[in-house]
Amino acid sequence: MPEISLPTTMLTNVKAAPAARAVPLITIENLALYYGATKALKNISLTLSERVVTAFIGPSGCGKSTLLRCLNRMNDLIDNVRIEGSVKIGGHDIYGPDVDVIELRKRVGMVFQKSNPFPKSIFENVAYGLRLHGMRDKSSLEASVEESLRGAALWDEVKDRLHASALGLSGGQQQRLCIARAIAIKPEIILMDEPASALDPIATARVEELILELKENFTIVIVTHNMQQAARISDQTAFFYLGELVEYDATTKIFTNPARKQTEDYVTGRFG
Amino acid sequence: MDLHFEMGLDALRQKLLRMASYAETAVNRAVAALVQRDYQQALNVKDDDRLIDQLEVEIDELVIHLLTKAPLATDLRLVTVAMKIAQNLERIGDEASKIAKRAGDLAQEPPLKFQVDLPRLAGLALEMLKLSLDAFVQKDSVAARALIPRDRQVDALNKEIHRVLVQHMAEDPQSVGRCLHLMVISKSLERIADHATNVAEDVVYLCEAQDIRHTGAKGPLLGN
Repeated sequence: MPEISLPTTMLTNVKAAPAARAVPLITIENLALYYGATKALKNISLTLSERVVTAFIGPSGCGKSTLLRCLNRMNDLIDNVRIEGSVKIGGHDIYGPDVDVIELRKRVGMVFQKSNPFPKSIFENVAYGLRLHGMRDKSSLEASVEESLRGAALWDEVKDRLHASALGLSGGQQQRLCIARAIAIKPEIILMDEPASALDPIATARVEELILELKENFTIVIVTHNMQQAARISDQTAFFYLGELVEYDATTKIFTNPARKQTEDYVTGRFG
Repeated sequence: MDLHFEMGLDALRQKLLRMASYAETAVNRAVAALVQRDYQQALNVKDDDRLIDQLEVEIDELVIHLLTKAPLATDLRLVTVAMKIAQNLERIGDEASKIAKRAGDLAQEPPLKFQVDLPRLAGLALEMLKLSLDAFVQKDSVAARALIPRDRQVDALNKEIHRVLVQHMAEDPQSVGRCLHLMVISKSLERIADHATNVAEDVVYLCEAQDIRHTGAKGPLLGN
């Protein structure tokens, strides 16, 4: 037999499995969410680890974005929503009566599908949240804005026009500005709801590269319809269907050898 | 589901099956040429090898095309395994050509006065090849796993033939050229069994997503 070792799969070598150093951060237990009488999430239980990228995948309407929004109580803003079960971050139930939702959203930032910069300067977009959380000193603000823009891989592109309107940036730059805005207030967790779906391939690659860099310091949960994107950037993947969690495992496992036929059918495009 | 992608996967399976069939035929012909001392049969193996080489190129092109569609799960495993199986089949074709070339040379020389157990080695290698290809066609990882330990038998027999041939060369210097031909043939048959083992390991990965290469899965040497 030849003794030359070949790579096992394309996916295996892309990133190291996180399991060995996984520290649980978000624990979802028996979570059910109702829109009126409709049960949109059906008793989901899931543990997400610290400084790991977790992808939520599934067909439209499967509940993945709804679950994502449960993690920083964005669903509170929707009428007729009722939640059962618990979501704990660092062991504390975020739906507990004593929880300050503003504080929670500081710990759990969010980036949306469509970039939504404020109609202000690039600098002000990032400084806004910092001021809101009490930072007044000009030099501290400038340092934090620079750090955040560097963290979002945008600094070199905007450092000479910090006071120009953010609306003049390209779509990809606007999305990275939103990421800079999210990380400026130093959250522990960043939720991303299809953050690259409106971007061209080059801007998408930059955002994906950024996500891989951000996981050194942040726990990231991303909703995506793009299987290859989930395969490229996530360590763990959860597949949802009709409000249920079908399978949750290491991304490599989900995309090379899923345990459930439903998952296999979905990731190979043979769904339905 | 992308219909064109599905058709591409079907085309890939069909090409692999054709290539496997040509590879098996090439080895059968080469061994027959050796056993029957049939020079003409030996020449025909070259044609099989050309077809096998052509199919390898076609399969690689198709695999590259399918990979651009970023297949996942069983599709990903099939596409990656297809490329590796095709490479093994191409090398089996090369070994068959080597056997045929040496068989052709031997057919033009007087037969040796002694016998080595090459027919048994050929039988073992051919059976492993057939079983590995059947396992691929049937997607039968149990059968694939079961044939892998046989490679030890082939290795041991090749070694024994090698030893016998060295002894004859020492005793009868006139036979050195013909013994060297037999040595090369024996080694080629042993390599064919290695490639059959590789195919079997690929079948296990295809069916079970388990990489059993270099894990001692061959098991202990079986009795003769």
